[in-house]
Amino acid sequence: MILQAIAFYLLAATTVAAGLAVISARNPVHSVLFLITAFFSAAGLFVLLGAEFLAMILVVVYVGAVAVLFLFVVMMLDVDFAELRRGSSRYLPIGLAVALLLTIEMIFVAVSVATNGAAANSTGPFRAGSVTNAEAIGRVLYTDYVYVFQAAGVVLLIAMIGAIVLTLKHRVGIKRQDVGRQTARTTATGMRIVSIKSGEGIDA
Amino acid sequence: MTIGLSHYLTVAAILFTIGVLGIFVNRRNVIVILMSIELILLAVNINLVAFSVFLHDVVGQVYALVVLTVAAAEAAVGLAILVTFFRSRGTIAVDDASVMRG
Repeated sequence: MILQAIAFYLLAATTVAAGLAVISARNPVHSVLFLITAFFSAAGLFVLLGAEFLAMILVVVYVGAVAVLFLFVVMMLDVDFAELRRGSSRYLPIGLAVALLLTIEMIFVAVSVATNGAAANSTGPFRAGSVTNAEAIGRVLYTDYVYVFQAAGVVLLIAMIGAIVLTLKHRVGIKRQDVGRQTARTTATGMRIVSIKSGEGIDA
Repeated sequence: MTIGLSHYLTVAAILFTIGVLGIFVNRRNVIVILMSIELILLAVNINLVAFSVFLHDVVGQVYALVVLTVAAAEAAVGLAILVTFFRSRGTIAVDDASVMRG
C-alpha cells in the first residue's frame, strides 16, 4: 500500500510539473516534449488505477500520434516564438488568480463528491478478477456502446478528410505523368507524316 | 496512506487549471493553446477513469476512449487549420486572425 502511495505521488507530481512546464517553456519544442512527459505519467496513473487498456491507448495515440503531430507542426512552421510571447505577462496576475480560485473550487467539489457523492460508499478501486481490463471494456464497447464506438470512428474519418482538404495544395505549373493519356495515344494522334521538299525544311 | 478517489480528482483538477492558465498566459501562440486544450482533455480523462474505477463501472473508460478520439481529431483539424493559416499569413499569432476571408 505504501508503495502504491509513493508511486501515486511520484506520478502525480510528474504530471503536474510537466503540465506547468508545457505552458511555461520558452521553446514550443520543449513544450511538446513536456506534453509527452505529462501523457506518460498520466498513463502511469491509469495503470495505478487498473485501467491498463486506456493507459496503453494513451501512450500509443497521444504520444505516438498527437504529440508527434505537434512536433511536426512546430518544426515545420518557421515562427518567431519569442515575438509571440511578447506581452504575455500582462495577463499573468489575473490568470494566476483565476487559476488559483478554480483549483480551490474544483478540489472542494472533488473532495465533497468523493466523500458524499455516489462514490462515497465505494469499496475502493475495482480490482480485476477473472476478466482483464481490456476484455471488460471490449464487452461493453462492442455491445451496448457500439453506436458510440461507430460515432468515434466517423469523427476520426471526418477529421482526416477535413485535415486533408484543409492542407491539400494544388500547385500549378508542375509536369506530371498522365498514364491514361499516354496509353490512349494512337498512331493517328501521335505521329504525322510530312513530305519535305528538298532544300526547304519544315516549320514545326 | 490509502490513495482514494479524491486524490485522483485533485490531480485532475490541478491539471485542468494548468490547461486553463496556459490559455491565459500563451494568449498569442496557437500551438501552445492547442497543447493546453490537450492538457484539459487529459484532466477530463483522469476524472472519467478515476470515477469508472471507484464506481466499479467500466462505461466511464468507454467514454474516456471517446474523449481521446475527439481530442485526437481536434488536434489534427486544429493543426491543419494552423498550417493553412500560416501559409496565407506567415504568422500564427491569434491577434492576426481578425478577418473572415482568406
